[in-house]
Amino acid sequence: MGATIPEAAAWAILFSPLASFLFIALVVRPFLNRRYARLAGYVTVLAVGAALALSLWAAASTLRQGGPVGFAPHRWLTLGELEFRVGVLLDPLTAVMLVVVTGVSLMVQVYSQGYMRGDPGYARYFAFMSLFTASMVGIVLARSILQLYVFWELVGLCSYLLIGFWGDRPAAAAAAKKAFLVTRLGDVGFLLAILYLFSQRAVFLERGLNPLEIPDIHEVAALAKAGAVGGLAITWLALGIFAGAAGKSAQFPLHTWLPDAMEGPTPVSALIHAATMVAAGVFLVARLYPVFEASQDALVVVALVGGFTALFAATMGLVMDDIKRVMAYSTVSQLGYMMLALGIGAPRLAIFHLGMHAFFKALLFLGAGSVNHATGTFDLRSMGGLRRRMPWTYGTFLVAALSLAGVFPLAGFWSKDVILGAAWSSGEPVAPWVFWMVMVTVALTAFYIFRVFFMAFHGASRGSQAEASHGAGGHGGGPHESPAVMVLPMVALAVPAVAAGYVANPLSALGPVGAHWLNEFMASLGGEVAEPDVALAIASQVAALTGIAVAALLYQARARWLAPMGRGLAPLGRLLSRRYYLDELYEGITVGRLFYRGMARFTDWVDREVVDRTVDGIGWLGRNLGRSLLPLQNGQVQVYGVVISFGVLAIVGAYLLLR
Amino acid sequence: MSEEKWLLTLVVFLPTAGALGIALFVRDAGRVRRFAAGVTVADLALATWVFLLYAREPGGFQLAVPYGWIPLLNAHYYLGVDGLSAPLVLLTGLLGMCAAFGSWNIQTRVREYFVWLLLLQTAVMGVFTALDFLLFFLFWEMELMPMYFLISVWGTGRKEYSAMKFLIFTILGSAFMLVALLAVYFSTGTLDMVDLGQRDLTNLKLPAQLVYALFFLAFAIKLPVWPLHTWLPDAHTDAPTAVSVMLAGVLIKMGGYGMIRVLATMFPEVTAQYAGALAVLAVVSVLYGAVVTVRQTDLKRMIAYSSVSHMGYVVLGISSLGAAAGGANALGLNGAAMQMFAHGTITGLLFLLVGQVYDKAHTRHIPHLGGLASRMPFTATVFLVAGLASLGLPSLAGFVAEVMVFLGTFPVWGWPTILAVVGIVLTAGYMLWAIQRVLFGPALERFAHVKDASLVEAVPMVALLLVIVLVGVYPAPLADVFNAGAEQVVLRFGP
Repeated sequence: MGATIPEAAAWAILFSPLASFLFIALVVRPFLNRRYARLAGYVTVLAVGAALALSLWAAASTLRQGGPVGFAPHRWLTLGELEFRVGVLLDPLTAVMLVVVTGVSLMVQVYSQGYMRGDPGYARYFAFMSLFTASMVGIVLARSILQLYVFWELVGLCSYLLIGFWGDRPAAAAAAKKAFLVTRLGDVGFLLAILYLFSQRAVFLERGLNPLEIPDIHEVAALAKAGAVGGLAITWLALGIFAGAAGKSAQFPLHTWLPDAMEGPTPVSALIHAATMVAAGVFLVARLYPVFEASQDALVVVALVGGFTALFAATMGLVMDDIKRVMAYSTVSQLGYMMLALGIGAPRLAIFHLGMHAFFKALLFLGAGSVNHATGTFDLRSMGGLRRRMPWTYGTFLVAALSLAGVFPLAGFWSKDVILGAAWSSGEPVAPWVFWMVMVTVALTAFYIFRVFFMAFHGASRGSQAEASHGAGGHGGGPHESPAVMVLPMVALAVPAVAAGYVANPLSALGPVGAHWLNEFMASLGGEVAEPDVALAIASQVAALTGIAVAALLYQARARWLAPMGRGLAPLGRLLSRRYYLDELYEGITVGRLFYRGMARFTDWVDREVVDRTVDGIGWLGRNLGRSLLPLQNGQVQVYGVVISFGVLAIVGAYLLLR
Repeated sequence: MSEEKWLLTLVVFLPTAGALGIALFVRDAGRVRRFAAGVTVADLALATWVFLLYAREPGGFQLAVPYGWIPLLNAHYYLGVDGLSAPLVLLTGLLGMCAAFGSWNIQTRVREYFVWLLLLQTAVMGVFTALDFLLFFLFWEMELMPMYFLISVWGTGRKEYSAMKFLIFTILGSAFMLVALLAVYFSTGTLDMVDLGQRDLTNLKLPAQLVYALFFLAFAIKLPVWPLHTWLPDAHTDAPTAVSVMLAGVLIKMGGYGMIRVLATMFPEVTAQYAGALAVLAVVSVLYGAVVTVRQTDLKRMIAYSSVSHMGYVVLGISSLGAAAGGANALGLNGAAMQMFAHGTITGLLFLLVGQVYDKAHTRHIPHLGGLASRMPFTATVFLVAGLASLGLPSLAGFVAEVMVFLGTFPVWGWPTILAVVGIVLTAGYMLWAIQRVLFGPALERFAHVKDASLVEAVPMVALLLVIVLVGVYPAPLADVFNAGAEQVVLRFGP
């Protein structure tokens, strides 16, 4: 891989999984599925593996160039003077994202070979997974904002298809629809932002800039800030983009779709939560960061939404009894960290955390899937004592949990602590607020993930019935470790979950790896980077360890003296486990009552009883007029009567008027 | 060149010849079907040829030769296509073919049915190619009779009522159009639409605004624009499948085509003057249509109301011509034209699919349906893609059209466009909800007998699906042609 990557190879990162999708959907599933049941899985692994290899090449090329590898755009549609162009943008941000996306995706695909084995929708599953990976790669590679939007929506589509993969379950079908609709609500903002940028293009075109092409975005934003567009416009522009990002990245108040999204197969959740769907929102803000930098107000909103979401989601994660639901709220919360980092002017830290989070969160989900594979349940209350039966799952899950909790020196520690540091040292007025929000979140995070850990893996085994009735694959003999094809990707992900944090951004040079190389590499993203602060690190470790200790007391030692306190907190617990009643507010009240049973019913009534009645009346008039003009009518002659009478009327009228 | 001169005449009247052939020579029902299908395939081939022959450079009207027809009236037999109509001819050919294949299950009065269906195709082809106003009007009227009989004889439910309603609405519109047409003719002495499209029609014997309003009513009923839309859900609900396909696919496009060909091209000043009102009507259609769609429980009626909403985008695109002096660009108009094409394919496909569901499950009542994905996987997959196309998913045809409308109109009509963009959430809402209730959920026992689409039934679905994907992924071949026509229209709106 000495040479710089050619453009065709860069496109191949996108087209390899896309071809896999087409091949599986059009050839394997209709024709080869019966005879070669597992072919779809192999094709997908091969395609995503190729994409990963090419991504590494792309990253190496970018690293060597120290900046973007320039590829010329291609015309997609020309309308007169108007040109819509597409192309590949390969800069450091793209490179980092490519490696994370295809790397995590590959692990998930390998794991799925075991997890999905025997599912009747095996080929369909891998077709969708290929398309999902391709769409995310498409977002990352996009050179124009419109091109990005296309793949952005396709990611939404894939999440819809995969969350609703088991569509015969009503809950899955409902969750899929919810995911699509909530994210689309955010996308309205994004689309309006695109429309606005486009409507202002004359201002930029005369300076040789195209506002829809991402390489120009720095200058476009600078120009806009200098007053080329109205004063408030740039803020609205940034907020519109952020609305789209908040939908995809499940930020408050558009977070409600993500916890429901685990109705899909668990490896899908791993992909959604780690590398594809939710990462897209953070990536989008980072990609268009100059627009945000041009508006201080927009950044404040991003920081506050991020900080609040981090805390808010973590509180709900404390009480969920479904292992995947805990992790869903955990994802929402961790995405809040990333948004917060973007909001306080540290996009590089956001991407750093995005990468680290991808590794340990994917691992956590694969662990949850492995537990489910063994026990047939996601309910924590019927798990327990899996430590001895599933040693590999146990070990990797522990690593991932520690990483998520931000325990030194695992990956999550490094990426989370620099965000804390940036919030602490930032001069922004909102910074202290968000700092304390996320500091509290650190303790909550450690608590909820170790609550899961102790309930699932320690203590005595519970819910043997669940095992007997649902034991996946029907192997009997109680839960046992998953097959190697599932364990190996978990082990492979455990390595970066431990080490990537330090290796990616070492404090001092590590052999060939320079100090802070990731920060240096992504320097073009701008913003600040914080040095880890020892005092802060100690504080965050205390918070994390406190969380773990409380979880251990409650769920490992089962300390009796804590029980009265638990009863006192019961109302709060109910509020949390009902998710602050937001789903009721959205679905029950707003959509159900106000819209469906209110406004829509009223409009429908108006349509039938007012609009239609009125025109029926006119029609009645016309018919009788026809009758009076043509008395000899019955059956179909009536029709001709109407035709003729109107024709005659019209001609007579015209003649009288005009001559 | 000599054979090309006759090409359009052939495209328009081949279905009529087919109808005559069936009426005179073909007796057996199976043969009638195959013969009719063959005719529509041939007509599609010819329509495709027209589309491919059309040269984007230099644009303008092509394949057009006027022949004397009624010298007394200065009327000509004059057919021709420009960038706007050539793709619509192709669309008509495509949907005509799909309608013929989608009529395979017609069992009663088969010969008569196909005769009417083929005549309908001639009428629509004629509207899109006529360049003489009288000829245009005749084709416009000619479409009524086949539609009336197709709905009232082969329909379901309150078919006589719906057919009559369709007829009365359309005739009312025709009457308005006739008055306006006569006003134009008596003022200018010509019926040549190309010529009229270059003249200054501000000084007519009637006020130009009045003539405009009369034309507008005719086209607005056809499109339809709120509040003149109520005939459409009834007609759709009670029409047989293939007639719904033609109705949604091409017939209502005649309204949009008329708006561009007549209103925008012949009356640019008035169009610019009332563009704001057009934008408002468009947004009301989009949102009102979508909100009412949400409440529908009959699958066909639901798709019909969604058409009202989607046709609002066509009007919205046209309203972008009202840009302040000289600012008009072809983008919004291109979007409107693309939306007509895209909606024709997508909704045509949706009606085919609803017909499938109804044929097999014997109900269209959404609350009674469910779990069909496991019973008819092929149909369900196509249904899903068509639904996604309808809600504007990128990489499918609907998105390209909608985004062009939005991009073109937003600089001109900011708030109306913003409201219309909100409409895409509603579209996604009702579409996905319907898909959820019809296709997903547990497989129901009462649908155990339901079979997937047969090969004949799959042909039109696959054809439309291919076009939808093709246009969505690479719209340039289609958009280039539309643009050649749209730019000519925009020239009328000042420098």
